[in-house]
Amino acid sequence: MLVQTIVAIIFILGGVFFLTVSSIGLLRFPDFYARTHAVGKSETLGSILVLAGLAIYNGWELSTAKVLFILIFVLIANPTATHAIARAALRSGLQPWTRKTKPNGKDDGNDNNIEAGTG
Amino acid sequence: MSSFLLGITIFIALLTVAGLYRVAVGKTIFDRIIAAGLVGTNGFILLILIGFIFERVSMFVDIAIAYALLNFVVVIVFGKYFDRGKERYP
Repeated sequence: MLVQTIVAIIFILGGVFFLTVSSIGLLRFPDFYARTHAVGKSETLGSILVLAGLAIYNGWELSTAKVLFILIFVLIANPTATHAIARAALRSGLQPWTRKTKPNGKDDGNDNNIEAGTG
Repeated sequence: MSSFLLGITIFIALLTVAGLYRVAVGKTIFDRIIAAGLVGTNGFILLILIGFIFERVSMFVDIAIAYALLNFVVVIVFGKYFDRGKERYP
């Protein structure tokens, strides 16, 4: 097996790991502002790693240049889009999730504020 | 390598189903929008992988460029539309 193919497989597996982290974060995080971390950072890194692996596997062609164009576009556009949505949510009055604390400042340990995304 | 790419494609398709769950359930409209953005991003990655599996990369990469540009425009337009100042979010 070529060295090129092995490097491509390593890149693609790393990218799939970050895409998995992104999907788990989108399902499990408590509110919208936490979920923007999953979509804005993990998804971008996973996407560019998978695309870089495919570009390495393809070799020097015109298609590789197009794949690299998509890579650079995702690297710029995906955090920008996530930031635009988070700014719209903040200006619309969506309150960030906070864990409720007792009056003495200690954490009472339960996530009874976990539905904070609704209000 | 082809069977490896096929396995990766099926796995990313399952991750896309997880994003669709957040689109269907998710609490506020902004959750749905960013989950739809994640589904779009996974979608054009799937398109490029399908192009590599069928060895028609030059055609599928052009379609993937169109999907990436449309995905970005959709999310930016929704961000401008729901940026309503003091008005409550839906």
